[in-house]
Amino acid sequence: MMQPGLYHLLFISTALFFIGVYGFFTRRNLVTMLMSVELILNSVNLNFIAFNKYLWYDKMDGLFFTIFIIAIAAAEAAVAIAIIINLYRSHQSIDVENTEDLRY
Amino acid sequence: MSGANIIFYLLAAITLVSAVLAVTTRMIFRAAIYLLFCLIGIAGIYFWLQYEFIAAVQIVVYVGGIVVLIIFSIFLTQQAGEELPKQKMGRQLFSALAAFCGMALVMLQLVQHKFTTTANKAVEPTVSNIGNQMLGVEEGGYSLPFEVVSILLLAALIGCIVIALKSKPEAK
Repeated sequence: MMQPGLYHLLFISTALFFIGVYGFFTRRNLVTMLMSVELILNSVNLNFIAFNKYLWYDKMDGLFFTIFIIAIAAAEAAVAIAIIINLYRSHQSIDVENTEDLRY
Repeated sequence: MSGANIIFYLLAAITLVSAVLAVTTRMIFRAAIYLLFCLIGIAGIYFWLQYEFIAAVQIVVYVGGIVVLIIFSIFLTQQAGEELPKQKMGRQLFSALAAFCGMALVMLQLVQHKFTTTANKAVEPTVSNIGNQMLGVEEGGYSLPFEVVSILLLAALIGCIVIALKSKPEAK
């Protein structure tokens, strides 16, 4: 066990990113896929903050990128959930296997 | 080993374990609660790094906003307590393999890379510093992205209303 530093944070964010990717590949329910996307976005935020803290502490650009990513993630989640609820109304299901109308 | 290190490893463990549980559990409501703990763990890491403003934003927007939205949409679209259908073994295996290979590749690159740090004086990420730069119009100011994001949020708001609106039957 050593002093936590940049590499520890990058390790956590890499692991979070690929956990999110695994969830996005295996899940077939739109709400759980959205959760995986949130995990991926959070890993990116953690990455920006880690670089800002340990490498470029004389600037605050990483911090601002994180703030804007959080704002855009909130907008994205709201629009995605509106689409999911609309889809549930027309198909009675939010499983991606059952929503094939746009496929052909 | 100091108390700060123990807290960091504890937060990291909470974050990663609850993230794994959130993508593997078959109860959808539990997945949302595990996601909540994962986001709280990340906010704790931000607190540990002394970025208190980002930690507060993370808790307010993610934990207070997005997770609540997800839980509401689960209630609206799913029978709570019903398990998700089991996935095919092959798909799970290949997804795990792909994720593991990607993670191994990135980790390998990480441990081989030497990062160079700056020698300048550190800027404290206090709320007044953040506010001054966020609304600054001089070099390095973020007022244009700020305005663009505000328009994006307005568009998302209107878009949500339009998408979720019940279509009324046409009046003759």
